[in-house]
Amino acid sequence: MFPYIPNTDENIKDMLKAIGVPSIDALFEDIKLRHKPRSFNIPEGKSEFEVIEHIKRLASKNVAGLIPFIGGGYYDHYVPSAVMALASRGEFYTAYTPYQPECSQGTLQALFEFQSAICALTEMEVANASLYDGGTALYEAVMMAGRITGRDKVIMDGGVSPIYRKMIRTYTSNLHYEFRETPVVHGQSSREEIEKLLDEKTAAVILQNPNFFGTIDDHADVIEKARHLGALAIESVYPISLGILKTPGAMGADIVTGEGQSLGIPLNFGGPYLGFMATRKKYIRKMPGRIVGETTDRNGQRCFVNTLQAREQHIRREKANSNICTNVALCALQSVIYMSLLGKQGLKGLAQLNLDKAEFARREIEKIEGVEVKRSSPTFNEFTVYLPVDASIVAEAMIHKGFAAGFPLGRYYKGMEQYMIVAVTEKRTKEEILGYVKALKEVLA
Amino acid sequence: MKLIFEKSVKGRQGFQNPRSDVDLKAGIPSQYLRKVDCPFPEVSELDVVRHYTALSQKNYSVDTQFYPLGSCTMKYNPKFTETVAAIEGFCNLHPLLPQLKQGEKFVQGALEVLYHMEQLLCEITGMDRFTMQPMAGAHGELTGAMMMAAYHRRKGNRKKYVIVPDSAHGTNPATAATAGYEIVSVQSDQNGVMDINDLKDKITDEAAGLMVTCPNTLGIFNSEADKIAEMVHAVDGVMYCDGANLNAILGRCRPGDIGFDVVHVNLHKTFSTPHGGGGPGAGPVGVKKKLMPFLPISMVDRCDDGTFYLNYDYPDSIGYLAPFYGNFSIILRAYAYIIMAGEEGLREVSNHAVLNANYIRQRLKERFHPAYDRLCMHEAVFSASKQAERGVHAIDIAKYLIDQNMHPPTVYFPLSVKEAIMIEPTETESKETMDRFIEACFQADDLSREHPEAFHGLPKTTPVTRPDEVKAAREIHTNYFQNR
Repeated sequence: MFPYIPNTDENIKDMLKAIGVPSIDALFEDIKLRHKPRSFNIPEGKSEFEVIEHIKRLASKNVAGLIPFIGGGYYDHYVPSAVMALASRGEFYTAYTPYQPECSQGTLQALFEFQSAICALTEMEVANASLYDGGTALYEAVMMAGRITGRDKVIMDGGVSPIYRKMIRTYTSNLHYEFRETPVVHGQSSREEIEKLLDEKTAAVILQNPNFFGTIDDHADVIEKARHLGALAIESVYPISLGILKTPGAMGADIVTGEGQSLGIPLNFGGPYLGFMATRKKYIRKMPGRIVGETTDRNGQRCFVNTLQAREQHIRREKANSNICTNVALCALQSVIYMSLLGKQGLKGLAQLNLDKAEFARREIEKIEGVEVKRSSPTFNEFTVYLPVDASIVAEAMIHKGFAAGFPLGRYYKGMEQYMIVAVTEKRTKEEILGYVKALKEVLA
Repeated sequence: MKLIFEKSVKGRQGFQNPRSDVDLKAGIPSQYLRKVDCPFPEVSELDVVRHYTALSQKNYSVDTQFYPLGSCTMKYNPKFTETVAAIEGFCNLHPLLPQLKQGEKFVQGALEVLYHMEQLLCEITGMDRFTMQPMAGAHGELTGAMMMAAYHRRKGNRKKYVIVPDSAHGTNPATAATAGYEIVSVQSDQNGVMDINDLKDKITDEAAGLMVTCPNTLGIFNSEADKIAEMVHAVDGVMYCDGANLNAILGRCRPGDIGFDVVHVNLHKTFSTPHGGGGPGAGPVGVKKKLMPFLPISMVDRCDDGTFYLNYDYPDSIGYLAPFYGNFSIILRAYAYIIMAGEEGLREVSNHAVLNANYIRQRLKERFHPAYDRLCMHEAVFSASKQAERGVHAIDIAKYLIDQNMHPPTVYFPLSVKEAIMIEPTETESKETMDRFIEACFQADDLSREHPEAFHGLPKTTPVTRPDEVKAAREIHTNYFQNR
């Protein structure tokens, strides 16, 4: 018996009688004999205990205990206990999209706070209530730039995550966009190449800070040039870095997106994550996704509602800004709890700590003979290492020494087979870093 | 209630970062630095705990209230799936690990979950393969529509539009538009299913496909679905099944057997992963053989030695859809739910979902006008037309139910039903709960006769009364800092 169905035999009898049918089968009269399943072979059910044991056995087939120096846009940050303790409360967990605001003020206010925190982080004017992940958020930003400018040419900096760039290409394959990619020079966006391509047909320039190689840039000059030609600047950011780094708002970006996984969400082998988007107030009607707005109720009391819904699919159908419906509200909640716990000083301290540990690791790694840290511009908590041999072989050997050593770039960048990006978060101890360096020396020896 | 930002006190902290053990303070040139510290709230952990606990208490949820929100399948989410999702070997697994050389060796357990889940979903829906990447139902629709476009491009078909019924969920037309298609709408007939004659007029060689929910959004299974599939296939169109309502037909029929070429499944509906106040969900998409070459990469395949690997060798693939392998921890919860239910459990789910919906339909129809007076599947759709004549609209009844400590049904959807009230009790609700709901609906009807004006100030028991939505849209106040 499946334990989540409360109907007893007596209940079933009573209900069938009320309905006026002889059996449950009779309720399915519209499904004709010819529609019957050709097969339906699902293994016999299990008890809760058996299921958990089964899944623990599967989990044990993953290699546990690797010390992670791997990032690539997805980072091993510590998640304070209070985050899940609060976000997993049933009242949040088992509610749905706040269609009825009077009995959804908890979710609505939390999402308003989330939007406010994203605005604070990015120094932008408005934010939405989340998108699926950083990659789909960037795709939505491209679509939004197209709607605002009426143009279809998009310039993508080669420092933007190659995973995101691939995703954008997938989503726009049936639409009329022209994409041009520009190289990264000395770790930063190539001004020269971007300027060559920028013209009056350009809808947007897509940038990322820190970029995929870990280097920091100030894109204010590029953004200014784009603005001059009526193109929008889209900046993809890493939230933790904004504890100390110049914000996309200060650089003058028009649309900001990012992956919020680092804000209190576990790595979860790829999801769920947290896409966010912020923009200028004047573009809010062109923004996709749910937006929570403040208003008052009949007694003049402050309250919150989903607002500007005329942008959305349930009202505008094929003319909507996006087809998005369910987003990742719970991840947004986790992140706003995380951001509140960190607070102003905590975020700044965390960013500095990441910077310090990465700097320590960089200096130690650089001491290894034959290894070079590519660093013509400053980095945050991830940096690019040049190895004397193929990086993928080094990464494999390092796993056998207990380290996820980094992400080799050859997979996404031709000609960079000897490069690897290495991430160092606040969780890495001095001892782990020194152990890593020792292991790397042995592997290269 | 104050915002967390309004509880901020300068100098207070809610969390201690790890101590630095590297004895070094790194600097960055000032041009790259932020000028003003990020104004996150300065609060203690207890402040945060009280704040979000108090906020949670302002929500209605499945754990606290009956939540018969039609088309959303708000069933109970068993707690053990949370235990499963928190298992260390899964929740801290980095998604780039299998992309290292020989990296798949280190994540065999996770790949096995994805592989077996795919097999289970294929068996449940009658499809040949599934991608786990889509991160929600609408995202699944987009995946399906892009594969549809890739299929036609590959065959050199010149297709212009996608057909959707007038009862379709808004995501269907929005999705087809995002995939580059125009939309053609088909009316419902007097039985609540697609009007075959209208459909015949609209199927031409330029039809890329038909997107339809099965059972449909009126809670009705279209017995002609297989015949419609033949009509669509006759012009080489693709039959897309929006699987949002799969909860009604588990073990009774499979979209793949009745002619659908693509189906998406909302794991957060049928397979009981938590709705989270609006996600995260997961919307895996299944296809028949003819669409398999276009599936997003990567796919999880199995080597001869029984090990699992990520296969990127699909030259006609539409490409990367998610950054990695989908919302893994949601898929894991749904996997746990399915293997616990087993074949019998899944059949029971649909049996009781449909029994409960029909019980409500039969009991309510003496007072409320049924959109279609016939047996339904997992949900029953009514029109508050009789009450509206008394000046009491579907939204007023919804607000009344909030005061009876129940989440209201879906209202004003589907758009093809005037004053629509769409009720989906799900299989996890008891007869006593449903009887209380029916009683509350009857009381609402009584009140609409006796004191229709009494609805105007409702709800009264909630932390706030009806919000001024016009003001929200006019003033656009979406950020605490905007006026500061």
